[in-house]
Amino acid sequence: MNKRSSWALPYFIFLVLFVVLPLLLIVMYALQDGSGHFTLSNITKFFTDKDALSTFALSIEVAIENTLLCILIGYPAAYILADNKLNRSAVTVVLFILPMWINALMRTLATAELFNMAGIPLGKGTLLFGMCYDYLPFMIYPIYNQLKKMDKSYAEAAQDLGATPRQVFRKVTLPLSMPGVWSGVMMVFMPTVSTFAISEFLTNNKIKLFGTIIQENINNSMWNYGAALSLIMLLIIGLTTFLQGGDQTEEASGGLI
Amino acid sequence: MAAEKDIIIRLEHISKSFGDKKVLDDISLYVKRGEFITFLGPSGCGKTTTLRLIAGFGKPDSGTITMDGKEISEVPPYQRNLNTVFQRYALFPHLDVYDNVAFGLKLKKVPEDQIEKRVKKVLKLVSMSDYEDRDVESLSGGQQQRVAIARALINQPKILLLDEPLAALDLKMRKDMQIELKEMHKKLGITFIYVTHDQEEALTLSDTIVVMNEGKIQQIGTPTDIYNEPVNCFVADFIGESNILKGHMIRDRRVAFIKHEFDCVDEGFGEDVPVDVVVRPEDIYFTTDPAKCQFKATVNSCTFKGVHYEMWVDTDTGYELMIQDYDPYEVGTEVMLYIDPDDIQVMKKERMANTYAAKVVGEGKVEFLGTEFACDTTGFADGDEVVATVRFEKVELLDYETEADTTGNVVFILYMGNHYHLTVKTECGENIWVDTNDIWDKGDFVGIKIAPKSIQLSKPEKANE
Amino acid sequence: MNGKKILAKAYLWLLILVLYAPIAFIVIFSFTEAKSLGNWTGFSTQLYANLFTGSIQNASGLQSAVINTLLIALVASIFATILGTVAAIGIFHLRGRKKQTMTFLNNIPMINPDIITGVSLFLLFVFLGISQGYLTVILAHITFCTPYVVLNVMPKLKQMNPNIYEAALDLGATPAQALRKVLVPALRPGMISGFILSFTMSLDDFAVTFFTRGTIGLDTLSTYIYTDARKGGLTPELKPLMSIIFLVILVVLLVINVRQSKTPEKQR
Repeated sequence: MNKRSSWALPYFIFLVLFVVLPLLLIVMYALQDGSGHFTLSNITKFFTDKDALSTFALSIEVAIENTLLCILIGYPAAYILADNKLNRSAVTVVLFILPMWINALMRTLATAELFNMAGIPLGKGTLLFGMCYDYLPFMIYPIYNQLKKMDKSYAEAAQDLGATPRQVFRKVTLPLSMPGVWSGVMMVFMPTVSTFAISEFLTNNKIKLFGTIIQENINNSMWNYGAALSLIMLLIIGLTTFLQGGDQTEEASGGLI
Repeated sequence: MAAEKDIIIRLEHISKSFGDKKVLDDISLYVKRGEFITFLGPSGCGKTTTLRLIAGFGKPDSGTITMDGKEISEVPPYQRNLNTVFQRYALFPHLDVYDNVAFGLKLKKVPEDQIEKRVKKVLKLVSMSDYEDRDVESLSGGQQQRVAIARALINQPKILLLDEPLAALDLKMRKDMQIELKEMHKKLGITFIYVTHDQEEALTLSDTIVVMNEGKIQQIGTPTDIYNEPVNCFVADFIGESNILKGHMIRDRRVAFIKHEFDCVDEGFGEDVPVDVVVRPEDIYFTTDPAKCQFKATVNSCTFKGVHYEMWVDTDTGYELMIQDYDPYEVGTEVMLYIDPDDIQVMKKERMANTYAAKVVGEGKVEFLGTEFACDTTGFADGDEVVATVRFEKVELLDYETEADTTGNVVFILYMGNHYHLTVKTECGENIWVDTNDIWDKGDFVGIKIAPKSIQLSKPEKANE
Repeated sequence: MNGKKILAKAYLWLLILVLYAPIAFIVIFSFTEAKSLGNWTGFSTQLYANLFTGSIQNASGLQSAVINTLLIALVASIFATILGTVAAIGIFHLRGRKKQTMTFLNNIPMINPDIITGVSLFLLFVFLGISQGYLTVILAHITFCTPYVVLNVMPKLKQMNPNIYEAALDLGATPAQALRKVLVPALRPGMISGFILSFTMSLDDFAVTFFTRGTIGLDTLSTYIYTDARKGGLTPELKPLMSIIFLVILVVLLVINVRQSKTPEKQR
């Protein structure tokens, strides 16, 4: 049915127009100055601006810490949820997924207010806590899915061959659950690097993240510089996707319903 | 040859390729009105593709398809007066049984009361009368099958096409459905075109069988023709159990194989000609009368198969034969055997040796099968087109690549009594045939090595002027 | 073994407590009239009433924001579902390089952080000279929603018996009829779940809307909350609104999951 494959054409055109072209425009604007001439000044501006660089570094640092925190807290949770002996309730799983569907801004605001009420000053600590709180379900869900899907016979085969439960976990369960962990990392790391509104709320604007300076520049009509910064972010995405080797996005997003 | 008015479907020189794979190679056949004809062959032989072309799914690359004398290659499937029963039933999951069966009639805007009558009638025919409101996914395989048949038949097609409809059922269910299909065919009187890889099924159901392999028709005939008189090794091996042996036609009605001479009934092969011989295991008889004994053997295995005993014997000349008999003989017993001339089927050899169109590509080097081989090229110049011949027993098969000239996969194994005759598909896509005593499995990856002195070069025959 | 189970359960419930503390916080304080979050001025359902009667202080910004959010989500999801379904059918029939390319392109909006999608589309609309407002926001939402539809319809295409379309043709349906009567019903579950996912992603979006809404004062709920919070105060009526949304989502998810565990998995 070769004719059927031509049905992909409208979407192809759509994607070129609304996905490829905009990305090319980012590159274009990044490499131009205000009057349309080719220049690398935007890029060099970034690399020479101490503030921008430190913000960038901070964003990466926060993202890494957040991701690690989410893995640390989330993996045990996912493991427990997926283990038939420790959890039989589908409702409990739903309770972990539910927060993903509630407006992130609202949740963050509420978290910030709670800190205020409790008298905890807003700063880096609250930022990290708030981020982890926001993104935890996105780490738990893919790991949970992966563990649930895993064929029980692997663990049984390992036990049959003499592995203790701890060894089974280390040598069989953990490695086989890695695709789920990677999905979670993808769903947490990049969004954390690129977030802007959340960091504003959680630190009362004291700490700026990379996303924020992109937003500020675009809003102040500094499109070229803003585009350059976006380009830097795109390169990071490209790097992480390449390192991860292929897309786990199908698993992560397709399973949400 | 049937009269023109009796032919309902005619395929002439049909070829079809998918990408660079040629699936049908010059197929020509005709279907008689009202008959039960089966396309039979292993998976990938092209039988389903042929059926689908008749149904209208896909167009042939070349050749014509005519129905009742009219060409239908350009007619889309929804305008051809035939219906298909698909292998996995293809019942519409969102409709119940009634709506599935009525689908075709509703499209034709047949009035509701008529639809109801016809649905009930056809459901009765397939013994699914009380299932009208059932959800199709809750039905068993056999039940879904019947609904699929009903859905096709209700449109009163001139031809019913069936694509391996019983493949997904278990053995008992399959046998019962075969009987039902045969009765349906008799009752309805329409033409059935059936596709299967199960030769027993084909023999049971069909008026005519078309045996196919690798996109080509191997033989067309009645079940008894195909069974008793296969025309080549493939058909002989595919249908029923056989002993297939290398033989030698001495003269008309006298053939030699297993190093003995026998009277047979075949003529016209010439004198002193290598041939292939087929003897069915049930046609080799034991005797205690030395006068009747044609050759002796020792029993090396005996297995009870329910209906008969299956025994393997080693002949006094070093060949292994399979015999089916109602009486068992103990392993180790020396027995006397004979074969009736009627039961010896002589077949023309499809090929005497491996022959390839080749090219000389340098001193002592020739290219065929997509590889360079070292061989004696005296008498030929660089660039000459030649014919390279390699005898079957001169091809060496290795289970590693390192010393091999080229590689391939075993696609067909024929046991010929004292050796195996293998068909190996090489990595360039062409086949090479090998005689060996080693045991290989279908699908095995092999290295192929041909010693230089085993390659004979000769001038190609002049092309037809 | 029991000790392990208790420990595990405790861990889970501790997490759940932390996860829901802020949400509970909002719900509790929606029942008081205090203007700032965290003040309790006595139990009252006034804010809920305000929400429904529309007499909210700080103008009808909130109301129109809610309406916009729903409208944009609806329109974008409908278009995304249609575009995504057609695309999925097309991609399903592609092979090799073309299929890889389409799949890759389809994945890009899902991999890109929303800020990139937002900025890139912003530049697009500037470049094309399209003034930003409803149209651009809806186009932007369709852009990031359609891949999810494709993702949901594809499995249904793979699961579907490949012969049912042909069976319909064989029984006399024209290609158009076969499509309507057989193909679409088979894909419907995927289309519905794709639609729901689109709708949710659109409702929840902030960054993309932020960059593509222009300066005409178009607000969705997310952008309204953002501007609101930056101004310092928080429109009190947001509390009951959020509580209601939370309740609705909770009920919907519970119903879906309970139903899923009750009906046996359909085989192939």
